[in-house]
Amino acid sequence: MNDYAHIGRSVQRREGRAKLTGAALFTDDFKIEGLLHGATVRSRVPRGRITGIHFEEGFPWDEFVIVTARDIPGKNVVAHLIQDQPCLADGVINHPEEAIMLLAHPDPQRVQDARERVRVDVEPLPPVLSIDESLRCDPVIWGEDNIFKTIHITKGDPDGAEAQGHLRMDATYLTGAQEHVYIEPNAIIAEATAEGVLVRGSMQCPYYVHHALHEMFQLPLEKVRVAQVETGGGFGGKEDFPSMLACHAALLSWKAGGRPVKIAYDREEDMACTTKRHPSRTRIRSAFATDGTLLALDVELLLDGGAYTTLSPVVLSRAAIHASGPYRCPNLRVQARALATNTPPHGAFRGFGAPQSLFAIERHMDEAARRLGLDPAELRRKNLLRTGDVMATGQIMRDEVDLIALMDRALTEIRYAEKRDSYPTLNASDDPVKRGVGFSVFMHGGGFTGSAETMLNSVAALEGTEDGRVRVLAASTEMGQGANTVFTQVAAEALQAPVDLIMVVPPDTSLVPNSGPTVASRTTQVVGKLVLDAGLAMRKTLLDAGLLLDGDVAGAIRTYVARHGALRTESRYQKPDFMEWDDTTYRGDAYATYSWACYAVDLRVDLVTYETQVADFVAVQEVGRALNPTLAAGQIEGGVAQGIGWGLNEEVIWRGGSMANHQMSNYLIATAVDLPRIRVFFEERPFAYGPGGAKGLGELPMDGPAPAILNAVQHALQIAPRQVPMTPEVLMDLVEGA
Amino acid sequence: MSISKILLKLTVNGIARQIYVHPMARLLDVIREDFGLTGTKEGCGEGECGACSVILDGMLVNACLVPAVQAQGSTLRTVESLAGVDLSPLQEAFLHHGGAQCGFCTPGMLVAGTHLLETNAVQDEAGAREGLAGNLCRCTGYVKIVDALLATREGRP
Ligand code: FES
Ligand code: FES
Repeated sequence: MNDYAHIGRSVQRREGRAKLTGAALFTDDFKIEGLLHGATVRSRVPRGRITGIHFEEGFPWDEFVIVTARDIPGKNVVAHLIQDQPCLADGVINHPEEAIMLLAHPDPQRVQDARERVRVDVEPLPPVLSIDESLRCDPVIWGEDNIFKTIHITKGDPDGAEAQGHLRMDATYLTGAQEHVYIEPNAIIAEATAEGVLVRGSMQCPYYVHHALHEMFQLPLEKVRVAQVETGGGFGGKEDFPSMLACHAALLSWKAGGRPVKIAYDREEDMACTTKRHPSRTRIRSAFATDGTLLALDVELLLDGGAYTTLSPVVLSRAAIHASGPYRCPNLRVQARALATNTPPHGAFRGFGAPQSLFAIERHMDEAARRLGLDPAELRRKNLLRTGDVMATGQIMRDEVDLIALMDRALTEIRYAEKRDSYPTLNASDDPVKRGVGFSVFMHGGGFTGSAETMLNSVAALEGTEDGRVRVLAASTEMGQGANTVFTQVAAEALQAPVDLIMVVPPDTSLVPNSGPTVASRTTQVVGKLVLDAGLAMRKTLLDAGLLLDGDVAGAIRTYVARHGALRTESRYQKPDFMEWDDTTYRGDAYATYSWACYAVDLRVDLVTYETQVADFVAVQEVGRALNPTLAAGQIEGGVAQGIGWGLNEEVIWRGGSMANHQMSNYLIATAVDLPRIRVFFEERPFAYGPGGAKGLGELPMDGPAPAILNAVQHALQIAPRQVPMTPEVLMDLVEGA
Repeated sequence: MSISKILLKLTVNGIARQIYVHPMARLLDVIREDFGLTGTKEGCGEGECGACSVILDGMLVNACLVPAVQAQGSTLRTVESLAGVDLSPLQEAFLHHGGAQCGFCTPGMLVAGTHLLETNAVQDEAGAREGLAGNLCRCTGYVKIVDALLATREGRP
């Protein structure tokens, strides 16, 4: 049942028309007078000291704008959580793609050519290229011990409980890096003088970029302006990296006396130099009772953070909190560390640490089921969280969700019981193609962790215009996920107005308040609520002014603005009253709510080619209310596709700390033929603190596919794969080594 | 070391155009920079992603791989030609089904999809997937793009 006029309806994408006709302008599409094209000279060694920079003789260097660390007017830093990453290397090199020098020229070919004519002499130092080397402090490359952040979560008595287990297991799970491959590579245009800095480009978080520019130039906040333009996908890959690119482009412009400078990466540079998903290693020791009851989990989680801190501490936090999965586990220890290595910094990628730890626990549960002689569904039935249970950080599970029913719905859709029985018989034949069915159950916390939403203190505003329309002002960016449309629906709902009255203003720090970054599945759940409340406040203002009696919202706004000169309402984040979090002890309500899901897979493994083909995919999830069912399903389908890729094919090959296969031709993302029709189902249980009952859902679909696939492979081949991507080579080694 | 440019004459979206181009210029750059038709995108520059798909003399090509001089005397169609006053049926279907998210692959998808429909190359879902295999999308998982193509083919919304 839907009592709403706009919420819960598949309103068409607001900027859809422009995107379909080719009229939508992305960063590289702007025609700008006097534009210079920027390029980056990089290190080629993972670690070392710069001993000299040489410019090829006879080359007309005076045609070029040249920037090194010395030209930075303020601080040589790309500011994120802490300030350990330089904008340009100054003497020391910590990864093989580190930027050392910037060049600009009116001709894009010339600048690429010039970059090959700069030689940087580096005295190499021994690098740290793996989690193990980093742990051994061999050598120390960051801080005192190579550790960016450590997190401990303890509950009950894990050691005591482990000793009592009927089944005790100890297994280690590995996940690889993953490249975002948004189809639009990173691009930024900057104009910078002491009078002011203007940066426009492809990005998720205008205020992150704003902060970084402010810190690097040491200019007053109001002299920095950052505007997002149409962004061709982000997935976390345009969360922190654009800050670096913006600093680079702005430095070139600064040196060029304010001429506009564009840096648009080509695909190879984008893949090699920008952030990727953190590789991980998770060791789980567990204890189960004879009947399958989970007694204890002891999880040691390690993330490879790359050369600088960037977002690793918060990625680690989400990974740690999700490490025990959706299970009731009375005795738990999580020890999580993010470590430094001499690779480009790893960063945000849809899921933000949760896919890594959920992969480990969801594989572990299937392995435990096999050892206990239970069906994986039976094992979960015994241990899945129920409302009122206590979660890892002591949080009481408030969500009224029936996880067993959710799981059963997915299992019914995929015809699990029947396939679970029949496939082993079929697989006993000589046919080299084996069949398997498997699933995963998981959750994803919506919004920032713990008290971070409170600290962010987000604000969104609505403004009425002279001609009776409503402008939505928020820093949340549209990058394909549907923020424009969802904000429009929510504002229209609050005002009881037609959607055509609502315009979402493209984020520009000179126009919009800081509603926080566009990350963490928070745009709909958190910022959407602010938009809703600002809309309700505007409606109240109009009613209090004696307007709106005839229901004509546009007319009421016109009258109000004519009378008072302006109409603006704001809403500021307020945490749900029940939420308590202690960042020092890691106890309390880690998230206001979670989205919950069960994903089920039916697949074929070819034992000749060792290729795995997903034949059917069912995604059942509880996301509060889906504000726009078409857009919501699109998010799930796209996330599942990325999750399947991470599970099977998307392998980053590292050589000397750099991505060796940094081309689309050898880092393979799924095409339409590689994927089945992803079947999406929503359970809707409105969340009291979300707009129209909505919860975050953007990252959830990344968490489930990889473990579900490997669980199905366990069923098909009776082996225990523990590593993604499970490429044909990895699988062959496992099968032939067995 | 000035290299003499070549006069290129072709019909672009129904209009006769001529322009001097560098002998090594890519068709993609001529489309985007010289003709200002920035609907055609560059996602990889190596023939992998299909974001630069255009129709050249009735053939679907990746404009990043085609030397501009090869378009001499040709008829070229880009995404900008698909809509008249109204959106084309395929564009309408994309809007209705949610086939565009970030929109960066979308022009290429639409051009490829239009070509598939015009050549009657799609009979069913498997055919639609096969036909779109040269166009990468990172946002959608392809379901809604395939649905839009099939719906258009069958003349339903
Ligand atoms: S840009 Fe031409 S195929 Fe990718
Ligand atoms: S819609 Fe974003 S790449 Fe296809």
